[in-house]
Amino acid sequence: MTTTAPAPTSSRPAAPGGARRRRPRTAGTLLTALTWILALGFFFPVAWMAMTAFKQESQASSNPPTFFFEPTLDQFRAVVGESGTYVANSLIATGFSTLLVLLLGIPAAYALSIRPVEKVGDVLFFFISTKMLPVVAVIVPIYVIAGQLKVLDNIWTLVVLYTAMNLPIAVWMMRSFLQEVPAEVLEAASVDGAGLLRTMRSVLLPMVAPGIAATALICVIFAWNEFFFALNLTASQAATVPLFIVSTMTSEGLFLARLCAAALLASLPVILAGWIAQKQLVRGLSMGAIK
Amino acid sequence: MTTLTSQAASARRAQEQRAARAEHQTSRAERWRRRGPLLPALLFTIVVTQIPFLVTIWYSLHSRNLLRPDSDLFVGFANYGDIVGDSTFRGAAVNSVVITLGCVLVAMALGIVLALLLDRPFRGRGVARTLLITPFLIMPVASSVLWSMAMLNPTYGLFNWTLGLVGIDPVDWTSTYPIVAILMALVWQWTPFMMLLVLAGLQAQPKDVIEAASVDGAGPWRTFTWITMPHLRRYVELGVLLGIIYVVNTFDQIYLMTAGGPGTASANLPFYIYQRAFLGFDVGQAAAMGVVVVIATIFVAMAALRLIFRSFDVKERS
Repeated sequence: MTTTAPAPTSSRPAAPGGARRRRPRTAGTLLTALTWILALGFFFPVAWMAMTAFKQESQASSNPPTFFFEPTLDQFRAVVGESGTYVANSLIATGFSTLLVLLLGIPAAYALSIRPVEKVGDVLFFFISTKMLPVVAVIVPIYVIAGQLKVLDNIWTLVVLYTAMNLPIAVWMMRSFLQEVPAEVLEAASVDGAGLLRTMRSVLLPMVAPGIAATALICVIFAWNEFFFALNLTASQAATVPLFIVSTMTSEGLFLARLCAAALLASLPVILAGWIAQKQLVRGLSMGAIK
Repeated sequence: MTTLTSQAASARRAQEQRAARAEHQTSRAERWRRRGPLLPALLFTIVVTQIPFLVTIWYSLHSRNLLRPDSDLFVGFANYGDIVGDSTFRGAAVNSVVITLGCVLVAMALGIVLALLLDRPFRGRGVARTLLITPFLIMPVASSVLWSMAMLNPTYGLFNWTLGLVGIDPVDWTSTYPIVAILMALVWQWTPFMMLLVLAGLQAQPKDVIEAASVDGAGPWRTFTWITMPHLRRYVELGVLLGIIYVVNTFDQIYLMTAGGPGTASANLPFYIYQRAFLGFDVGQAAAMGVVVVIATIFVAMAALRLIFRSFDVKERS
């Protein structure tokens, strides 16, 4: 980053010294302090959740709040012990839907960028418009159809739905990455006698690998966090992690500390992935619009 | 300068003509070869998203109850007529607008402030940015629970305790001000999203323009209003529209924080339709509401799509 804050001081030598000269400095310090206050403020609920997860139940729901306590792993042990099926289901739903999205989405993006079909704009328009269709408008038929096909409470139903949910985003993102591949590179490969598949595998894929990673990241986040379909279409067999949190909440009485432990563990994979891949996150969230 | 551009333009035109001719000459077989990789994704999307919607339209013309599968009866537009007189539906529609616009606008305002603060160099900037994006990475179900219980609970919630320190009596947020409570959780979650988009915009700003402005004697405020703001406009518009698309479908927070209550005071359209379908088992009604929501969405979506297309600069590549 360029140093924008101190610049005015040096570029205005005519300014009468003393106070005038010192002011940008002080202002800078104040702005930095404000930034930290806001950053910590926004992070605070997460920190509180993490803290509560290490408490005993009586400390978790005390008034006044307990700030100092001896940390315990009891809640985590309980959560890990109970959540096995849910985690397995979430892993299947997230993993396979992301894989399917990439398998369907990358060729589609190829057909919309490098060797384009006619009416690329219309096809892109169609894909993105399905993202604007409110999910509630289709949940009833999906429920009834799934019931008739006997696939209610089946994890593969979620795999199919999550694939449909993320495919438009993936097509748009992958297209924006493929657009960046210079046409000359592909021409050179074909001049050198590389066939289509070979060009794909040894020229195109390595060049867009970061794009594929970014696309996968976004799909994983949305699939892992999805709640609405999981709530309505699963019961005991295919329930995913978000439903585990809800079940912790509604089972007899209130277990705030255990709830926080579950919420923290459930969020942790996405938090870590997002922290590591901040740049890809921006591009993914804007569906490729922001580089 | 002018000759150069006109030359470039005529060269481009020639190229386009050549491309058009090539297009014309591409054989049927070649066109299908090009369509090949697209078709699986296209068919999949049509089958999974469009067919259920057609079924929704079909259901909306019937009186149908999930508990009585044989109760199917064609009723024409009666379900739509019922919606017109349904004051709860109108209330839910208003809540949808209030929640969506409230969340998106407040989150955008905060996001702009945070992005401007983060665009300055200071020690530990990466850490501050990482802390700030975390709320967006929390699973929405987890953040709903976190807000409704750990933060806003009337007896042991941290928020009331903090208010108590300055002498304000405890408030039962989720039942007294349910929409405010929902907005707190939503704004907290979406501010980082807006911040990231605006920050990307700030960092894509051409540095030489800023320098030129400062050489020309423009102060920071003038530089901001005349150069930075027009440049950011595209990013802000994009953030607002993507925000609307995502937030209008909010379900998790409402389901978990207030369950649409008290009564139906904080139900938005997705939640109300869910209630009608899965708690009231009234499929026909719920389907008709879904269709109305889709029609309403189309108007917003058209504006959004036009803008997104402009921002993405969708060009046909030959």
